Amino acid sequence: MSEKEQRDGRIRRAGSLIGMLVAGRALREALRRPRTLPASPPQSDEDPRRREIPANPRAEIAVTLLLLGAAAFALGFTTLYILDGLNPQLLGIAIGGALLQLSAAAIIAGKAIVPQETDVEQRDVLLQGPQVESVLEIIESGGEGITRRKLLIGAAGVAGAGFVTAAVTPLASLGPPMTGIHETQWHRGVRLVDDRGNPYSAADIQVGSFYTALPEHGNPELLGAGLLVVKLAPIFMHLPAARRGWAPENILAYSKICPHAGCAISLYRYPLYQPTSNGPAFTCPCHYSTFLPGEGGRVVFGPAGRSLPQLPLMIDDEGYLRAAGAFHEDIGPSWWGTRRSES
Amino acid sequence: MTGRRLDHRAQRAMRAGDERLGASGGIRWALRYVFPDHWSFLLGEIALYSFIVLVATGIYLTLFYVPSDAQVVYHGPYALLQGETMSEAYSSVLHISFSVPAGLLIRQTHHWAADVFIAAIVLHLMRVFFTGAYRKPRDLNWMIGLTMLMLAILEGFAGYSLVDDLLSGMGLAIAYSVALSIPLIGGQLGYLVWGGEFPGSGSFLSRLEIVHVFLIPAALATLITVHLAMIMRQHHSQFPGRGRRERNVVGTPMWPAYALRSVGLLFAVAGILFLAGGLIQINPIWQWGPYHTYLSENGAQPDWYIGWLIGALRLMPNWELAVGGHTLIPNPFWGGALFPLFVFVVMYAWPAIERRVTGDHRRHDLLDRPRDRPTRTAIGAAFLSWVVIIFAVGSTDRLFYRLHISYQAQIHFWRAGVWVLPIIVFFITRSICRALGRSGTHPLRQWDGTLVVRRRDGGFHVLADSPEGPGSLPPGPPLGTAPGKDSPL
Amino acid sequence: MGTGALVSFSAQATSGDVGVTTTAPAGDTSGQATGAPLAAEGGPPTSSPNAPDKSPEPPGPGEPRASTPTSPALVSEGRTLFHEACSSCHGANLEGRKDVGPSLVGVGAGPAEFYLSTGRMPLENPREEPLRAPPHFSDAQIEALVAFVASYGGPPAPIAEPSKGDLQQGFHAFTLNCAGCHQIVARGGLTVGAAVPDLQSATADQVAEAMRMGPYLMPHFSAKQIDQSELNSIARYVLWTRDPSNKGGWGIYNLGPIPEGMVAWFLLLAALVLTARLIGETTS
Repeated sequence: MSEKEQRDGRIRRAGSLIGMLVAGRALREALRRPRTLPASPPQSDEDPRRREIPANPRAEIAVTLLLLGAAAFALGFTTLYILDGLNPQLLGIAIGGALLQLSAAAIIAGKAIVPQETDVEQRDVLLQGPQVESVLEIIESGGEGITRRKLLIGAAGVAGAGFVTAAVTPLASLGPPMTGIHETQWHRGVRLVDDRGNPYSAADIQVGSFYTALPEHGNPELLGAGLLVVKLAPIFMHLPAARRGWAPENILAYSKICPHAGCAISLYRYPLYQPTSNGPAFTCPCHYSTFLPGEGGRVVFGPAGRSLPQLPLMIDDEGYLRAAGAFHEDIGPSWWGTRRSES
Repeated sequence: MTGRRLDHRAQRAMRAGDERLGASGGIRWALRYVFPDHWSFLLGEIALYSFIVLVATGIYLTLFYVPSDAQVVYHGPYALLQGETMSEAYSSVLHISFSVPAGLLIRQTHHWAADVFIAAIVLHLMRVFFTGAYRKPRDLNWMIGLTMLMLAILEGFAGYSLVDDLLSGMGLAIAYSVALSIPLIGGQLGYLVWGGEFPGSGSFLSRLEIVHVFLIPAALATLITVHLAMIMRQHHSQFPGRGRRERNVVGTPMWPAYALRSVGLLFAVAGILFLAGGLIQINPIWQWGPYHTYLSENGAQPDWYIGWLIGALRLMPNWELAVGGHTLIPNPFWGGALFPLFVFVVMYAWPAIERRVTGDHRRHDLLDRPRDRPTRTAIGAAFLSWVVIIFAVGSTDRLFYRLHISYQAQIHFWRAGVWVLPIIVFFITRSICRALGRSGTHPLRQWDGTLVVRRRDGGFHVLADSPEGPGSLPPGPPLGTAPGKDSPL
Repeated sequence: MGTGALVSFSAQATSGDVGVTTTAPAGDTSGQATGAPLAAEGGPPTSSPNAPDKSPEPPGPGEPRASTPTSPALVSEGRTLFHEACSSCHGANLEGRKDVGPSLVGVGAGPAEFYLSTGRMPLENPREEPLRAPPHFSDAQIEALVAFVASYGGPPAPIAEPSKGDLQQGFHAFTLNCAGCHQIVARGGLTVGAAVPDLQSATADQVAEAMRMGPYLMPHFSAKQIDQSELNSIARYVLWTRDPSNKGGWGIYNLGPIPEGMVAWFLLLAALVLTARLIGETTS
């Protein structure tokens, strides 16, 4: 750091220290100062009571018509239900219209037909000191003659804690133990198939596209099942040294499940002309975490906290793609203690 | 009072009821019960009536829904899914939508009601906050209301996740990851709720259904009852005005006007929701297709009341706490768990915070206008804008892209903006409140037309009835008592 | 985050993805077209230092192929137009320009047809994403330009016949391969580095051309991965999305919960708040 920068730094630190001292004093002053309570709203001494009779025959007719209209629409709903029950638009207009007419009738009646009154009620006093005292006395009198009060209360507390523990215990049966979470269906030799069950051969995988793979004869609904398979041009291949053998013919496989929040990664970009656009990457549609398949699934944008787990691949004698081993880290969203990739 | 004789049959019925229940005193109390009449006090009712529509339509739907994730092959009227493999749950909802008469109407009404229910709660919450209605003795009710908001959000999420379509399936995966991200217990918690690793055991959907159809509605119904009972015990708060004091309630008696208007609101809520349910499409699950763990789509979004969480998840930088080769606190924890927890804790604690800071431990039954408490209003507006910005980050990506702002640029901007903008909102709101308060414009007007304005010296001032508007008649006797003159109880 | 760190509050270094480039392949032919070049005037080179990183996939054996009209006059007209509007980025002999525009030698009629008929080319700024716009050239001019580009070799333009496609198969394939970028009912969206167009204006042939070619950042799909019948089905589905099954009423653009939330707040709740104002006491 240059001398000027050092001096600037010292001045800045001194300034912020002074600022903090001043702010601290001001805060202490504010808290210590006798506070004036916020102003209360005004209270009125007038008598607001009134009672007015609208005496509005026209409104009465309007309400009658609305009620009859509501009845008509309601009957219309029943008719439509029988004739064309699968037309939600007409059914909605019928029942919605009926209800809205009922609503209008009630509101007009409530505002223009029935007497309009303003009345006053007193609020109850809530805190009644003598009553509270008397309640406490009654409760206390229930303990007259008890000598070991503290001991009994303590024992009751222990009993309570015990019963709460017992009551909560059956919850544990709701969840299986977390064994097996580190395993997926992918281990050495499992063949990659598409979502119709047809196996992928290495020759099927072409540069510039992406493929969704599932384990042969496996359960496609499990989180660890889905894979993204891509083939990259050599210039995009920068796998860590330890993974050089994981991508035969530059074909790469990654877990399809985003290690951020578990969505399937389904956006793949592959540039038509690299110099004017970004390199190949997977992006998750949920929160846009972006991973580079050419660099071992490294995160380059977004909230994902670890890289996308890669599955080592091999090509069997018939040219089909198979897993060359299991995942080296946990797939899917992380939890306390998730294994991360070493590299 | 009117001089009309009541019908003989009505008399006999009332007497018969009273012989058995002795309830005439209670009924009399209920009929004459006074409701303060401001329109903003009806927002809670809108929520309540939406809840009633939810329960009614929900009961119908639950009679057709099948909570099973067993995979079946679809052979129904919707051609695009012919021969497709899907869960029985999803298939049953397709059945409701396409084959059950009025099924789609009721399904859509139910979903619109859920969106409107939570929107009404939030609007109601804002009214309660900005008028200071959460102060003693209503702080307890404030907390009950917040609990209901939390339950309502969970309930809505559970409801649309039962369908097992592509959109809600993606949402469940994210919920699973948030559960997993909770330190120490997260992994086992996720396993407990889902019965194993996501997508879970066969019993997950039926358990979710029990939560959605029974457990949370029962909790909500109980809390609503307690909420209303407390209101009735304490009486509703009211704005200052003609005849209003801390110790009284001025308004319309329940019978007949208020009951009719309230019933009118109930029918209006139901009517608008059914109209929307028939005319405006919501959650067309047949277009999304069934959920599979290896599928997703661009532009997938949760329902609006979860939008703040997707925003938080997208906005967070990719921080994780790791030791050696192991993750300890995964990234979704910050945005998915800590952020909503923080927001709710602040809201729960607010009445106590305000009491502490202002030193005001009195009982309050007269409301503030937002402009009369500039600091509180400004803090509320700033906090709200913070949450709303985070919500917007999660949903406006396409909008900003039209302005040629890349997604990365949006995120980087808002990571700073989400802190800076609320501060600006605070200062602007506070000065607007102060200016409005000084000018005394927009006075409150009661049912009968009388006006209340604020005086320059800070007190209030009730004008007499005036057809020409405020200021045309000489001011009435100055009112406004010193604070604390009335017993705080 | 190395193994040396015991406790780390790790933020995996993100390398600011925008503008990450690697050097253009110099003479790298690992993605070149495999189709035999058509007879060309002037004998252009079949490989070039500015070759694109994806070559358009040729139709499979026995698949329909568009017959691109060609005649010396058409090619000549195309050459004139090309020199005016395209050669500054694509070179006078379609050889491309380093870091500006790819070579068009051997790309064939499909990409030319696609880019010109969707108005994506000519492109003002080569660093910007080509977006759909009203075509710059008339149909006749496009024909000429396509004939000219095709004369430099490459596969014939792919086509799609939606009437031969199956809607269910199309929906299934679209969901698996396309919805991640284009949204489930082809309303478009966003990815890191590009906007993804909605497909409401796309013709069946444009769908086929884009799929086989992979414009800009879009992957391309060979006949091995998506054969002609599946291509027909996908095209049929894309055309169907212009008017999807909105049985529930107004589709609000079929974008999902965001417009739904707007309707809930600004239409439904607003109507109910207005009703409440009708019922209750109001301020002035």
